Amino acid sequence: MIAAAATTPGGTRRRGEPRPWLKPGIFLGGLAPLAQLALRAGQGELGANPIAQIENELGLTALVFLIASLVCTPARRLFGWTWTVPIRRELGLFAFFYAALHFACYMVLDQFFDWGAIVADIAQRPFITVGMAALVLMVPLAITSTTGWVRRLGFRRWSRIHQLVYLAGGLAVLHFVWRVKIDLSQPLTYAGILALLLVIRAVFWFRRPRGAQR
Amino acid sequence: MRDLPPEPPSSEITPESVYLNRREFMKNGALTLGTAAVVGGSLTWLVSKSPPPDTVETPPLAGVLPQTEVPVLSESGAAAVSGAYDTDEALTSERDVVTYNNFYEYGVEKGDPARNAHTLQTRPWTISVEGEVAKPQTIDIDTLLTWFPLEQRIYRMRCVEAWSMVIPWLGFPLGDLIRRLEPTGNAKFIEFTTLLNSEQMPGQRFPILKWPYIEGLRLDEAMHPLTLIAIGVYGNALPNQMGAPLRLVVPWKYGFKGVKSIVKIRFTETQPDNTWAVAAPREYGFYANVNPEVSHPRWSQATERRIGEFQRRSTLPFNGYADQVAGLYSDMDIRKNF
Repeated sequence: MIAAAATTPGGTRRRGEPRPWLKPGIFLGGLAPLAQLALRAGQGELGANPIAQIENELGLTALVFLIASLVCTPARRLFGWTWTVPIRRELGLFAFFYAALHFACYMVLDQFFDWGAIVADIAQRPFITVGMAALVLMVPLAITSTTGWVRRLGFRRWSRIHQLVYLAGGLAVLHFVWRVKIDLSQPLTYAGILALLLVIRAVFWFRRPRGAQR
Repeated sequence: MRDLPPEPPSSEITPESVYLNRREFMKNGALTLGTAAVVGGSLTWLVSKSPPPDTVETPPLAGVLPQTEVPVLSESGAAAVSGAYDTDEALTSERDVVTYNNFYEYGVEKGDPARNAHTLQTRPWTISVEGEVAKPQTIDIDTLLTWFPLEQRIYRMRCVEAWSMVIPWLGFPLGDLIRRLEPTGNAKFIEFTTLLNSEQMPGQRFPILKWPYIEGLRLDEAMHPLTLIAIGVYGNALPNQMGAPLRLVVPWKYGFKGVKSIVKIRFTETQPDNTWAVAAPREYGFYANVNPEVSHPRWSQATERRIGEFQRRSTLPFNGYADQVAGLYSDMDIRKNF
């Protein structure tokens, strides 16, 4: 990427940020689920069980963002798309944001701070146990998402830690599968996508150049 | 040559870099908004459900049964005259009652039945009576509706998913129908079957459950005064999404016992294979008595969300009807027979 300013009809290219609209665009779009939930809540258009509706939609949004963040690297490796790399952190942080909101909805709106019930749920209901585990796993990932932390930990150690996102994704999908009453079509679809992304990653790992820096 | 307006002074010419940056800004702004629209639109499409239907179209009962004296509901929704079996708790809003339904024959989302059940044809409608009964017969629904005076019953309804409602049903006791049908001495159970017709019930094209939907009761449960055949709700005929033209209501059991759109009644010696117990025998049983002490394998049954309320409620044994029905199970382990 030529960093020098080239005066073209399209304008002057600034160095460093080839697509300066991409991350802000994702940021605005990423807030849309929250905004439309708030809008529907205000209009009373969340159905007869609004707390369940909000909780489910926040959770699904978190899962979509998590999967999206896991698509970035395979997309670069398979199609050579470099634009997916700088958005990976933003997608992952949105996943954590919505997962935290999903849990907050459960804690505040659903159970209304009934700590005994919440602790019992986490301990005794397997789908809640794995959901909680997924959220807890995402906390260190969110904290260490900055370039400062990449430098502090060194890229190799940082990458190893962030491979935990696959575990978080698996637990989140399991949380979804175990939660639904009987129709597994939606959770199994996300499970399938996650499995495919894992397979792609495994293939690239096995075909990595031997003896080269990893 | 015509007079041109005077040219602006050259000091007002926009510097080329600013001009190009402004174009860049507008281009970036447009791309940002475009990206936001694509991202936001995709997320909304993937995640959020369409809102429930606006109109609450419940067919008037007068069309169904011209001679009926429909019990009057007061402004607050309470019955003008309260029957012995009525609860005095606040009614769940009619809109919620008719748009929040589990009727997988029309889709698995709560709003699907209200959206999709318009394909159900409730006339002509017959109910076939078979099995251990003196006179097997086929009854036309409009004939059946003349047999018994209609009563209003305001019952709690507790779904196995841990939400509940208070619903003003209109119907007649199942016991009255059973007495009239004269089951033989061999009859220990009564089994109900829902319509099987994938054109009228598109959800039956998917093997989510084994169709047609089957439910049943032990005969003493069926004869209990609380057990109702409901043909209306909120003073009107049942809307399709609630199991028109007739359904079962057993208020001390989980809502999935309330089999809808009944086309067959069969008296049997053996316990019916009710559909949810067939689908997930570890999770749903035949008796399905509301019991806060027996959790669903995957979630607790200790509390429930009363639709319309913010705070969760403690679930009551037998959904609060323990005084009336606990005696039916005095010699049975209701934990094992869930």
